[in-house]
Amino acid sequence: MTLDQLKPGQSAVISKIAESGPLAQRLMALGLLEGTDVQMLRRALFGGDPLEIDVMGYALSLRQSEASQITVIDTQDSYQSS
Amino acid sequence: MNDVTHQRNVLRTIAVVGNPNTGKSTLFNNLTGLQQKTANYPGVTVEKHTGKLLLEDEETTLIDLPGAYSLAAYSPDEMVCADILLGRIENAGPPDAVMVVIDATNLRRNLFMATQIIELGLPVVVALAMNDLAEKKGILIDPDRLGEKLGVKVIPIIPGESKSTNELKKSLISLLKENVTQREYLVPEVREAALKIYKKLPNDQNQTNVFDFERAIIDAGGAAEKRLLEQKLINLDQLEAIRLNLTQASTSVAALEARARYKWIDNVVNYSQTRKEINSGFTDLIERVTSHSLFGSLLFLTIMATVFQAVFAWASPMMDLIDGATASLSTIVSAYLPEGALSSLITDGIIAGVGSVIIFLPQILILFAFIIFLEDSGYMARAAFLMDPLMRACGLSGQSFIPMLSSFACAVPGIMATRVIPSRRDRFATMIAAPFMTCSARLPVYALLIAAFIPNETVFGIFNMQGLTLFGLYMLGIFGGIFTALMMKRFALKGPTPSFLIEIPPYRLPNIKSMVIKLIDRAKIFIRRAGTVIFTVAVVIWGLVYFPRPEVLINEFEAERTEIINSSSLEENQINSMIAAIDDAESAALMEQSYLGRAGKLIQPVFSPLGWDWKITAGVIASFPAREVVIAVLGTIYSVGADADETDSRLLTRLKSAQDSNGQPVFNTGMAVGLMIFFAFCLQCMATVAVMRRETNGWKWPIAAWFYMTGLGYFGALLANQLI
Repeated sequence: MTLDQLKPGQSAVISKIAESGPLAQRLMALGLLEGTDVQMLRRALFGGDPLEIDVMGYALSLRQSEASQITVIDTQDSYQSS
Repeated sequence: MNDVTHQRNVLRTIAVVGNPNTGKSTLFNNLTGLQQKTANYPGVTVEKHTGKLLLEDEETTLIDLPGAYSLAAYSPDEMVCADILLGRIENAGPPDAVMVVIDATNLRRNLFMATQIIELGLPVVVALAMNDLAEKKGILIDPDRLGEKLGVKVIPIIPGESKSTNELKKSLISLLKENVTQREYLVPEVREAALKIYKKLPNDQNQTNVFDFERAIIDAGGAAEKRLLEQKLINLDQLEAIRLNLTQASTSVAALEARARYKWIDNVVNYSQTRKEINSGFTDLIERVTSHSLFGSLLFLTIMATVFQAVFAWASPMMDLIDGATASLSTIVSAYLPEGALSSLITDGIIAGVGSVIIFLPQILILFAFIIFLEDSGYMARAAFLMDPLMRACGLSGQSFIPMLSSFACAVPGIMATRVIPSRRDRFATMIAAPFMTCSARLPVYALLIAAFIPNETVFGIFNMQGLTLFGLYMLGIFGGIFTALMMKRFALKGPTPSFLIEIPPYRLPNIKSMVIKLIDRAKIFIRRAGTVIFTVAVVIWGLVYFPRPEVLINEFEAERTEIINSSSLEENQINSMIAAIDDAESAALMEQSYLGRAGKLIQPVFSPLGWDWKITAGVIASFPAREVVIAVLGTIYSVGADADETDSRLLTRLKSAQDSNGQPVFNTGMAVGLMIFFAFCLQCMATVAVMRRETNGWKWPIAAWFYMTGLGYFGALLANQLI
């Protein structure tokens, strides 16, 4: 699944960033790499775009189109236990 | 070293760098106080903040670099950071030391750019900010362990507290005396590949650095690559071959860099940071309430309503005060100077002209007090998040909301507020759309024309025709702005949709001292830059209105006045009112003879399809520096005096009864509506043009905006006059 499909509160681990080029580079500079833990915090009103995620302890907002470039693996189990 | 510095008579410089929201600017303001200068870097739209810092007996220059997350650059604006660190801007040479400010609550991400900067080989000290907040969150960082790994000193500080920076100053002093030790390269394969090409270059490449080749290899299609290709120091095939060799086509070099750095960083963080689980209940509560979809939206609306109300209403007593002060200053000056050209130049030209700029200052100060508070507290990013869906539909982005809203009071602070928009494309689109919003200077013009030509009747049972017209004019501005923004993004500002990658920082209490310094800085910029342009234009317009003053004409009116004063049959109050009428008639006659009046007659054919006579034309020409001036000019032309305002009943009557040479009324509904549309669209504000020039760092955009808006106004007025 991709990052934009997470529900608020749901956690995941990044497995791949599809886009190459400036956007991917910016995401990586901000600490979004393969293996990074992320959590969906909330979505904007009226359609849920942009969205806000937690990246290793800080909050980052990004557009749906940007989040859809990031493939994640759901870590539902760790979310429930925490 | 000191001797060399003194011989060159140049102060040593210390660059301050870091991620946004680290308290970097608060620390900079704390260290330099009011000893600051703000200018623009050549060729880019990045502000250059410099200040003075005394270290022992030595005065040094601090340069505050724009906040960034990486040294990777895809535009000239992003390149500024690297260019300063490598000493390529204004031939200043590299800084003598670099202070990297990092946020302790967010060590991992902050270290990314820090490692890039440390590798440049300049003397570096790391200021560990927000360490107190990190401790409250259960994050304990050992500065010595961190410094040991980074190979530089790490000093914990509190950005807003002067005492906490003593240790930092001490380490800067010793840093300026030390030699740099060998640095570790975290992406050695890229470094080696870059060195290989760099070493083959002829020796006179003093403007180029190995760093440029590293960046060119990593940032495919970026600013460094572009520059090296232009300088023919490398070709694209060469670069592609190096990249392929590094990645074996499995990934990008950028990913290689990010992985290598974060792998190293994760180890360093583990070595120097320990975490305790602490529940920070209170900030969590604030966060939950303000980002709640219902309460958060209500709070947002309340804040925006307050900002708008403040800029509109709270500023007006101060604006009245400034208005009164300029008027009394004029009275005093004219009392001491003999009547004539000099007195008129000083009072009607300079004092009135400069006054028309200073009058915006209260609005600017109030708006920026709010903006700085909202920014420094961390709310601004949340407001942008909330408004992004709506603003995106208008072709803008969430960060455009506050600039657009404040433009309803005045486009000048609105355009200055576009600095918060990181994407150049969105920033320019917002700047061009902002002057369409109905500003407070348009209101008196609308009020006059509506009162004169729109019947005060009720339509559809509940609506007042005049109120409906005013509402329509507001809507016209809003749709004009949206249309313009969409067109701009479609045609003039092409390119990929800018990203909305913004950090939502935790809520923080803003530092008052830093806020005040930022506010003073904004005020200084406005007065200095906008003031010089307006001053010049005000003097030019004054000259056009004042000269040539034919002697014959003045003598005629003087004779009339003498006759009345000498006549014995009149009472004193009769004499006074007759003299006043002659004075007004004289002003009107002189206006007709003035260069402005002649220009009005000369240009009038251009505007005759719009239904304008020479008087309206002259009024519109004179109102290009500031649109509200049209009322005073029409007041003079229609012989009711220059101090007429929009509620002057004599002016209303004269406008309604004005006739052309064939005895037809000049003003009809179509022409009046057209005139209102003209004022809704046209960029008749020299202050806006001047601020746009500063913010875009050139004349191209303000000139284009001026022609575009004037053209739109012309055709709008033409359509209204022909169709209604």
